[in-house]
Amino acid sequence: MKSTLARALLAWAALGAATLHPLQAQPEYDIDAFVGGRAKPVPVAMSGYSGEVEKVLRFDLEIAGFKFVPEAEAQYLLQGGNNAQVEGRLIDAVNKAPKFAKAFTGGSVRTQAHALADEVVLAVTGVRGIARTKIAFKVMRNQNSEIYIADYDGHNATAITADNSVVAAPSWRPGHRVLYYTTYKSGNPDIVSQDIDSGERKIVARYGGSNISPAASPDGHRVAMILSKSGSPDLFVANADGTGLMQLTQTREDESSPCWSPDGRWICFATRTSEPRRILAKISSTGGPVQRIPISEAVNPSEPDWSPDGKWIAFTSQMRDFQLYVVPAKGGEARILVPGLDATWAPNSRTLVFTRRGPGGKRFLSLLDVPTKQSKDIAQNLGVCTQPAWSR
Amino acid sequence: MKRAIFVPLLVIGLLLTAGTTGCKRTPKGITPIPAAKSRPVTTPEPTRAGPITSAPPTTGPTAIGVQPGTGTPVKPDEGTTATKPAEPPHPTSPSGYPQPSPDLIEGMVADTNYFSAHAIHFEFDSALVRTTEYGHVHAVGDELKAKPENRLMIDGHCDERGTEEYNRALGERRALATREALIKYGVAPERISTRSWGEDRSVALGHDEDSWAKNRRAEFILLQPPK
Repeated sequence: MKSTLARALLAWAALGAATLHPLQAQPEYDIDAFVGGRAKPVPVAMSGYSGEVEKVLRFDLEIAGFKFVPEAEAQYLLQGGNNAQVEGRLIDAVNKAPKFAKAFTGGSVRTQAHALADEVVLAVTGVRGIARTKIAFKVMRNQNSEIYIADYDGHNATAITADNSVVAAPSWRPGHRVLYYTTYKSGNPDIVSQDIDSGERKIVARYGGSNISPAASPDGHRVAMILSKSGSPDLFVANADGTGLMQLTQTREDESSPCWSPDGRWICFATRTSEPRRILAKISSTGGPVQRIPISEAVNPSEPDWSPDGKWIAFTSQMRDFQLYVVPAKGGEARILVPGLDATWAPNSRTLVFTRRGPGGKRFLSLLDVPTKQSKDIAQNLGVCTQPAWSR
Repeated sequence: MKRAIFVPLLVIGLLLTAGTTGCKRTPKGITPIPAAKSRPVTTPEPTRAGPITSAPPTTGPTAIGVQPGTGTPVKPDEGTTATKPAEPPHPTSPSGYPQPSPDLIEGMVADTNYFSAHAIHFEFDSALVRTTEYGHVHAVGDELKAKPENRLMIDGHCDERGTEEYNRALGERRALATREALIKYGVAPERISTRSWGEDRSVALGHDEDSWAKNRRAEFILLQPPK
């Protein structure tokens, strides 16, 4: 355990390392450094942009952990324009050094602006930006629901199902343009895979009982799911097409919402002890004992998601309302983030997309930058939006 | 990204044709899900994955002792539906009573009204069938015993105060617990199927305890052979 002095020095070092990602100086797995709000937003000033481009840049950079300030206070200056095409140069205001000068052509104006934002994030933090990534989610209208995919900011949303039935839990298959999800189209909850480009759908699990909560492995070769064919909702793993089914748990308790460690070795899920107490647990993806993941005083955990860098598990704690938490992946001190549920990590292991519930049954998606706590609601008029999944 | 333009054009195109052809709006190229019988891949019976030990490890996270399956053979009375078993069968897996395949109910005619008065309700975050609900369970059980050609689907539901996939599993536990109550009452396990709707099919749309209590339920659906 670090002394208070060492931690303070580390925090100063993190703040003082102006050209480094605010978190690069943190010790591994130090949840205080990650979640504790020590990371200050990077101050940036922008000039020359207008209209939609300006809005996109502002959204992308704020959710990436930047803050827009007057030029005199900025650490970075982004200058450019969007007349014929989007172009920009980034200047390190402290060292008076140019970082890059780029112009973008092709695609839509939004894509060009996203690409510029990604360049800024890469130049400042050394980590690839997420402005051009996609999410999938569920939209409910009149007690039916469909699966949608959209840009990470909710734009360009497209329905990929039109079954007038109930769907749930989309999960991207890494390395393929394929989504797994649960659908009730046959009258029973089945797990299917859908090729996003061709629309082709295949049954992955259609056993007696309920087939729910698909989760693709990070290498895209396997899928975890919850099947009740044995008489209780249990954790199973199969090949990506559903063959080679293996049962990992056999308990009278319910297992739910599995997720994978990024190395594919572990599956984390919500379950219950015999007490009964609701817990998070993990199991080897090839079978073995179920191991509880301690989450300090957080209660009623569900919907875990393992960060792509392997370090953190985000989960939902249900009390009077829902709260998002983060815990080190091997267990330990869980830290509360914001009200919300059903969070999934972006490829950068610092942004979360999750569901927020408002009064009167409103549900919508929201983004959170965990280190700076900066947050953006994803405005949508599609209906009730829930269960987001970030593409890999 | 031309998709941003394609989608509105596609929608307009479909809307224009919908009036003449009466077709449903469908995203481009989507294929209907294959019917159960034409499932393209065969899925063999699951093999149990590796040894499951009940001894906790000495370091690291706490292990929950998961009892390995005992491999109990299927009880002989599980195959008969016409005769009443002398005593209810015991669970044949550590998870409970295995489910009949969906193929077995394919083509049966569902009647959601027949047992609608006997829907049973649950306490918050619980799948326990309360003794006060046994009257309903037994009424349904008596009907099934009287008509051995019929089957049953039990739908499990939740209120909104849970995350969606947790609720999907909880709804299934409610349906399964109700099924077990019927099995113990003497209905053969393979005549009863379950499915969970999570919180997706609420009957009461308010955001108060009154509505929530109505939504925490299991409903019985009579399945009859086609005429």
